[in-house]
Amino acid sequence: MNEKKSLLRNDGFQTFVTSIICIILGLIVGWLALLIIEPSGAWGAIVAVIKNFFKYPSAPARLKYFGSTLAKTAPLIFCSLSVLFAYKVGLFNIGAAGQYCLGVALALYLAIVKQMPWFVCLVAGIVAGGVSGALCGLLKAYFNVNVVISGIMLNWISLYGTNLLLKPAMDPSGKDTFRLVNKAKQALLPTLGLDKLFSKNQYVTLAIPLAIVVAVIIWIVLDKTKIGYELKATGNNVNAAKYCGMKENRNIILTMVIAGGLAAMGGALYYLSDFEQWNVNASAVPGMGFNGIAAAFLGGLNPIGCLFSSYFITHITMGGGNVDLSHYCAQIADFISAVIIYLCGFVLFFKTVMNGWLKKSEEKKIARARAAAEEANKEGGNA
Amino acid sequence: MENQYAIEMLNITKRFPGIIANDNITLQLKKGEIHALLGENGAGKSTLMSVLFGLYQPEEGIIKKDGQVVKINDPNDANRLGIGMVHQHFKLVECFSVLDNIILGVEPNTAGFLQKAEARQKVLDLSEKYGLQVDPDAIIEDITVGMQQRTEILKMLYRENEILIFDEPTAVLTPQEIEELMQIMKGLAAEGKSILFISHKLNEIMEVADRCSVLRKGKYIGTVNIAETTKEELSRMMVGRDVEFVVAKEPAKPTDVVLNVEGMTVASKMHANNAVKNVSLQVRKGEIVCIAGIDGNGQTEFVYGISGLEPLKSGKIEFLGQDITKMPIRKRSVMGMSHIPEDRHKHGLVLDYSLENNLVLQRYFEPEFTNKAGFLKKANIRKYAERLIKEYDVRSGQGPITPARAMSGGNQQKAIIAREIDKDPKLLIAVQPTRGLDVGAIEFIHRQIVAHRDAGNAVLLVSLELEEVMSLSDRILVMYEGEIVGELDPKKTTVEELGLYMAGAKRQ
Repeated sequence: MNEKKSLLRNDGFQTFVTSIICIILGLIVGWLALLIIEPSGAWGAIVAVIKNFFKYPSAPARLKYFGSTLAKTAPLIFCSLSVLFAYKVGLFNIGAAGQYCLGVALALYLAIVKQMPWFVCLVAGIVAGGVSGALCGLLKAYFNVNVVISGIMLNWISLYGTNLLLKPAMDPSGKDTFRLVNKAKQALLPTLGLDKLFSKNQYVTLAIPLAIVVAVIIWIVLDKTKIGYELKATGNNVNAAKYCGMKENRNIILTMVIAGGLAAMGGALYYLSDFEQWNVNASAVPGMGFNGIAAAFLGGLNPIGCLFSSYFITHITMGGGNVDLSHYCAQIADFISAVIIYLCGFVLFFKTVMNGWLKKSEEKKIARARAAAEEANKEGGNA
Repeated sequence: MENQYAIEMLNITKRFPGIIANDNITLQLKKGEIHALLGENGAGKSTLMSVLFGLYQPEEGIIKKDGQVVKINDPNDANRLGIGMVHQHFKLVECFSVLDNIILGVEPNTAGFLQKAEARQKVLDLSEKYGLQVDPDAIIEDITVGMQQRTEILKMLYRENEILIFDEPTAVLTPQEIEELMQIMKGLAAEGKSILFISHKLNEIMEVADRCSVLRKGKYIGTVNIAETTKEELSRMMVGRDVEFVVAKEPAKPTDVVLNVEGMTVASKMHANNAVKNVSLQVRKGEIVCIAGIDGNGQTEFVYGISGLEPLKSGKIEFLGQDITKMPIRKRSVMGMSHIPEDRHKHGLVLDYSLENNLVLQRYFEPEFTNKAGFLKKANIRKYAERLIKEYDVRSGQGPITPARAMSGGNQQKAIIAREIDKDPKLLIAVQPTRGLDVGAIEFIHRQIVAHRDAGNAVLLVSLELEEVMSLSDRILVMYEGEIVGELDPKKTTVEELGLYMAGAKRQ
């Protein structure tokens, strides 16, 4: 009994179970919505979402599109790590979206306009995101400006700043920036031979293993190190942090620098893999930063969990692209993945429910055991 | 025969996973009596009151009101049954007037428009009848703690509550105010109200209560008539052994100056005046100096200034002969300053951290707990935490990994004290170190503090607890409105004289 209890009460296990519950609920609600819009295609659509690349009959094709899904997962992992890191320190980094833009901006500008090699572009992108994060952190630390407010404002500034900066990198034939493969080969991320593993998918690059490594590093920093101890203490109780002599303002700023750097790193890596090009007329920040929030929560605010949740969200988003559009309008793919992502936010809620339920059942069990013991006592007394 | 009990809680059992908070507890409150409820921290008093207010449902046992079995599902049920409570921390709206606070939630109105005249008359009548002087139009934040408490009592009376619960009501009062409260309680009982008086303070129980029920570790120990018992008997029931009331200590042998404060002025966050005004004092090795005073007279800011939490407006602090006026907090701590903070939730603990992580809060960066690469040595932290838990008898559900949030207030306090004293500081600043603790724990902590003094260290004690001030300190400095108004020798002064200084009626 002891062992069973410890598994059910194990935080990681609970996160896993509740995440699965959320995913299933999300799929059901998504399916119901499809049923209401157009019943005949609902099942096919939801299957397409779940299947994603499995719809391809040949193994090499499946592998290739699996590679693409991974390529798109990497930036989401960085964004979710950014959100998670700030959240552990008690800050809600909604500015991840803007920091992501800045990462893209610096990376593409240096790649296309200045013809710099990939690592310079990457580092510059990270620095840009870090500076943006630092700005939020400074405002929070010295003027107590809520990071959500400053984050949202900076998102817009970053978006239009990115558009401005990337104008010279625009391919005149469209509204997007040049493909790196045509104009800036030196800035393409190395593939480390991974492309060959995925049926020559050139978008499978260094970014993917790097995302995993960074997730592990974040986990170690938060859980095992002195600096993680300080940052979490500052996040949980800034007064206590000050009381015991931690540099609470430095910790807040440092956290935002790291969070900003992470989001920007995701953006820079993604665009340096050439998978997508930046639309210089974009009027909204890419959803990646916001999806990072969902991925962080679905992953139970655990860096390793983020790896899986980010993959899942990317998987269904890409699967959404395969929905048969003869039944539905073009936005349906985003709609379904949004519904599922939305329900993913309920992980913490379900965890609370689950703990309450566990507590109740345990109380009952104790009561029953006690009643039985009393019964036995009575009988013993009578005999 | 008419039922003589206003409320009866019979054979109440309430279990939480792994712990029986109330084990077959019976509490019978007679009509018109003052019934004290005495017990150590974690004895189950709060749980029992939560059951009475319907916040918890007991697994076993029944509650009777006037002999009838009642079911209390939530606090509203309790209110309907005429049960009211004055909480330890008042539940008043600071920027509302006394009258507004009293009628809050039961505002008399016609079609949504307040009808205050009638309420005002009722409040005035009540305050006259029970001798509860208040100014109905005064704003809560402007009045004394004593008047705030009277407002709370009037709140219960306005709602025509018959059963009045006082949760540690004297903790925040001056001796004079305590005396007044005792008279008020007696008056209420004489008018037929039934009073449940939750307290640690044996003197007060002896003075005011008719009967006393004692809980220990969740179990019901017994109910005694106060007229037939003694203080020693009560404390034995509560703790399960004899307790020393007087702190046994040798006369102080002060030597070198450890802390030297000159002309310290600290700004106030609340008002334009300075919270601490030009205070100078010295604390020497081997003595316990106590700052006495009523809450809010600048003691908090004074300690913030010394510990580095607030910058000084002017003045100078020397610690061990070194000017530390502008030194960061961490450096002061490493030099040998420990600070048991006044507010354990605000400063003392990271509530979401485990007990072990809280126990190393002042030392986590030392080589014992962090290696050169910056990784925490978790095995050492665990070992250290286990030692402190054992030495200081810090009780918790899961030992070192218990979240601090899940521990009782008294044990949270013990954890902080363990952490601060174990650092072996040259100067121990202890602000209200025994707040909310029971006699057993207080005795233990007082002995620790005296032992720390005897080991040749300096102790600066800030306390609102007069008994503690009188028994523990070697020198008393009274703070009133940010100034030191008197220096007293605890052996040559009385509680009454001290009270006069604290209330600003006397100064040297």
